Amino acid sequence: MAFLSYLINGLSLGSVYAIIALGYTMVYGIAKMLNFAHGDIMMVGAFVAFFALNSFGLPVVVSVILSMLATTCLGVVIERLAYKPLRQASSLSVLITAIGVSYFLQNGAQLLWSSSTKVFPSIIASGSLRLFGGALSISYLTLVTITACIAVMVCLTLFINKTKTGMAMRACSEDKGAATLMGINVNRIISITFAIGSGIAALAAVLLCATYPTLSPTLGSMPGIKAFTAAVFGGIGSIPGAFLGGLMLGVIEILAKAYVSTQLSDAIVFAVLIIVLLIKPTGLLGKKLSEKV
Amino acid sequence: MKFEKMLKGGLAAVMAMSLVACSGSSDSSAPAADTSTGSDTTETTVAAAGAFKLGGSGPLTGGASVYGQAVKNAAELAVEEINAKGGVQFEFVMEDDEHDTEKAVNAYAALKDWGMQVSLLTVTSAPGAAVAPLYKEDSTFALTPSGSSLAIIYADLINLADPYGNVFQMCFTDPNQGVASADYLSTHTNLGSKVAIIYKNDDNYSTGIYEKFVNEAADKGLEVVYAGTFAGEDNDFNVQLSQAQANGADILFLPIYYQPASTILKQAKDMDYAPTFFGVDGMDGILAMEGFDTSLAEGVYLLTPFSADASDDLTKNFVSNYQNNYGDTPNQFAADAYDCVYAIAQALEASGATADMSAAEINDLLVEQFTSMTFNGLTGTDVTWNTNGEVSKAPKAVIIENGVYVGVED
Amino acid sequence: MKNKKSFVGNLFSRTYRSRTISFLIIIVGYILIELLLKTGNLSSMFQSLLVPVTCYIVAALGLNLNVGVSGELNLGQAGFMSLGAFMGICVSGALSSAIPNGLIRLVIAIVLGALIASVLGFVIGVPVLKLQGDYLAIVTLAFGEIIKSLINNMYVGIDPNGFQFSFVENKLSLAPGGKMLISGPMGATGTNRIATFSVGVVLILIALVIVYNLIYSRSGRAIQACRDNRIAAESVGIHVANTKMLAFVVSAGLAGAAGALYGLNYSTLIPAKFDFNLSILILVYVVLGGLGNMTGTIISTIVLVLLPELLRGLQDYRMLIYAVILIVMMILSNNEKVKNLLSLLHQKLSFGKTKEAEANE
Repeated sequence: MAFLSYLINGLSLGSVYAIIALGYTMVYGIAKMLNFAHGDIMMVGAFVAFFALNSFGLPVVVSVILSMLATTCLGVVIERLAYKPLRQASSLSVLITAIGVSYFLQNGAQLLWSSSTKVFPSIIASGSLRLFGGALSISYLTLVTITACIAVMVCLTLFINKTKTGMAMRACSEDKGAATLMGINVNRIISITFAIGSGIAALAAVLLCATYPTLSPTLGSMPGIKAFTAAVFGGIGSIPGAFLGGLMLGVIEILAKAYVSTQLSDAIVFAVLIIVLLIKPTGLLGKKLSEKV
Repeated sequence: MKFEKMLKGGLAAVMAMSLVACSGSSDSSAPAADTSTGSDTTETTVAAAGAFKLGGSGPLTGGASVYGQAVKNAAELAVEEINAKGGVQFEFVMEDDEHDTEKAVNAYAALKDWGMQVSLLTVTSAPGAAVAPLYKEDSTFALTPSGSSLAIIYADLINLADPYGNVFQMCFTDPNQGVASADYLSTHTNLGSKVAIIYKNDDNYSTGIYEKFVNEAADKGLEVVYAGTFAGEDNDFNVQLSQAQANGADILFLPIYYQPASTILKQAKDMDYAPTFFGVDGMDGILAMEGFDTSLAEGVYLLTPFSADASDDLTKNFVSNYQNNYGDTPNQFAADAYDCVYAIAQALEASGATADMSAAEINDLLVEQFTSMTFNGLTGTDVTWNTNGEVSKAPKAVIIENGVYVGVED
Repeated sequence: MKNKKSFVGNLFSRTYRSRTISFLIIIVGYILIELLLKTGNLSSMFQSLLVPVTCYIVAALGLNLNVGVSGELNLGQAGFMSLGAFMGICVSGALSSAIPNGLIRLVIAIVLGALIASVLGFVIGVPVLKLQGDYLAIVTLAFGEIIKSLINNMYVGIDPNGFQFSFVENKLSLAPGGKMLISGPMGATGTNRIATFSVGVVLILIALVIVYNLIYSRSGRAIQACRDNRIAAESVGIHVANTKMLAFVVSAGLAGAAGALYGLNYSTLIPAKFDFNLSILILVYVVLGGLGNMTGTIISTIVLVLLPELLRGLQDYRMLIYAVILIVMMILSNNEKVKNLLSLLHQKLSFGKTKEAEANE
């Protein structure tokens, strides 16, 4: 039973990673860039939600929507100002710019909101679902997190596969030149991608903070790296891959802590990652791209 | 292609040269710039003749900036108050070290260029240990508010020998807190007998207390049933808590800072685990966190020399002035920094040092004062220092009841 | 004039010009700084930056070989530095009584630091270089984090009976006269600070010799061929894995040497220093300086290490401004208009020179 409860803890942690990784992987799939500022956009979302809930006393749903709007705008503005001028530049230049944006957001947040730690209010009634006569308890929070994560993944998949914009996105990710020739406004599609990716980041932020309630300007950096790892783990660019990668990462981390050592859990997570990538060099669900000569 | 690359290089070279040129001129004007920005905001003001140059470094940006900012604010507050009184005058500059050893050494060098005469060393331990030998070499007196590692005051850690002699601490050393906690728990068996510990293993402070506590606990008949760690900005403690519970721990010792502690309290509650929580001075500040549900901290014990809720006039004045100026409730770090500045002022006054003396001359006078004087401040009364630089003051046990600290009678 | 280029002319020929300039920058820079030091005109702050700048330059040169020349995105350079640093600290600590001369100990420490990092580079390289692109990047990141985590849990002490090791828990009880070299997360404390700027400069020169010899050699051309088109390179008989491995191992070795020098410059060093952020920082130096451009790497490293220190006057706004400058530099260096303007400027400036060069050809 202890194993089951660790597993559920792992799934809960993993779904937070997964939901951040979804944003990462989407931006990567279309814009072909590693947006290292993604975790920090999430941090801004967390602060907006915190002030909406705590200082203005808005209801949870309104706060979440407000925070999503804020990060969507932020994502679009960042894309316009910092990434768009680099459309033709090497992917490494864009990576470094993303790191610059990440520094900027962290330090800006510290100046705006001070570095003193804030605590996110609980938005979901504490308490838990008891199974097997109370031997196994799953908190409502865990249930909500996992459900939200699945919902976001399903919506995203549907959006990408069924809508016209989604089709344009897939076209851009395959071949930007050909997409332009087909009359798709590639710049607009990339902006939309950033908007959606950043919007999801706010949702991830609220879920992250509901589970781990301390807020600080650096709150996005560690989950950001973990989510990046999860996205690669699952096969970067693949939406179900990010979901699976996030869940697996969370589960491995918790089980490593529980059964091996809390000191070495990070080393174990990364070791498993390396082994998986050696067996499947493009991640769990990544596509093997044919090489052009 | 080559040409383009060369060009880029050339551009960068020009930039580098102009930067170096700028720096040359800004060196001499740096302190002036500092004071001018200071007068706009409520920062340090005095540049009057006869002011001692007080320096210090701490993390003003990055993950640990909450501690650096608290020390900076409180020290500025103390400097303003002391300057307003007349007598000893200070000019204060706090440099950013990002909680990094390399940056701390750079910050020290910048302070040295500025002409620092007395120092608050650093806010955090590892950077403090990196610059302490430099203070020794240059004979500059330093009193750290919150660098609690023994490596700050001793060059030889194994035998605790070879103290720097001119680096002093305002806070307890880490082992001291470990011993005090083990003492308290072994003499108050009503709290429980099986101890679980969760500590941050990439943190000097936390590991230092943990190691000493475990050693002492064995001698004092306390049973440590579980020890779990976390690192970096980890904030999932479900595993550690489950294992503490599974091992039947009825005391959870948390030698960590208040931010992760607040998450631990919440996660323990979510899993219906209610041992006696026992913290050290890093736990102070938990009630002041914006948005924290104080009912979670109900019944938490902590050993701390300072509490923002104390009713004496000194504390009340400090807390209200701090809140008026900076908006936050001061924590342990702020209180220690405030005491540091006052202790230095008291020693300077008593020694008859003047601001035109060199750092080395002031150093000798201050070392003599600190090893003989008694200081009363926010974080303790009848505080004294030994020749190694360690402070001697008594931690008080408090319990959180109805969202406030209540002193525990022995 | 065709086959009888003078030695100097050869140094400034199209092929070798950037190499010559790199060496000149370092040597002239060194002489200038030594002059400033001797005359007491260098502020304490600049003095404290000298050694770390040389360390970062060496590590960045190595990384540029890996990222710029070989084309593999490596996010784990800090891991190799860490290994070199703690190896260096252990070696220097162990030999402190046997070899009282700091310089000799420093050189031994750097050599061993480079050696262990290259060996590990080789071991890691075997699996890593089977991967490509971002997957390779994440695996180097993973190895960097693993190295950090392992050193974070390592306890090394030395006493008259020799080295003592312990893992995860500190179980060491040292005989009298012993000392701890690495105490897990607390890292190394009380290290003898024996690193010197001169050794750092020599290390840069050695790194430049190694890197340029590699670039201009047959292996170097093979490495670049693999970067530009792997399949074409394979088809002309280049063993891709071997050539990439060479670049990876050299890069790791340079990082290890840089780490050893860095570790011996501070009395205290914690393993957490060598984290993902440091790897990224070194990558920033490389990308801003230009991929494959060693002169650029040297200059951008100097500028970016100095920048945050020069911004100290801005107090709390320091890192914010640093971030803005970083973004603006990145955008400007990729802007077509700026590029055109620069090449125009360059043409005007070097008009005479170019003609002369053409006449020589």
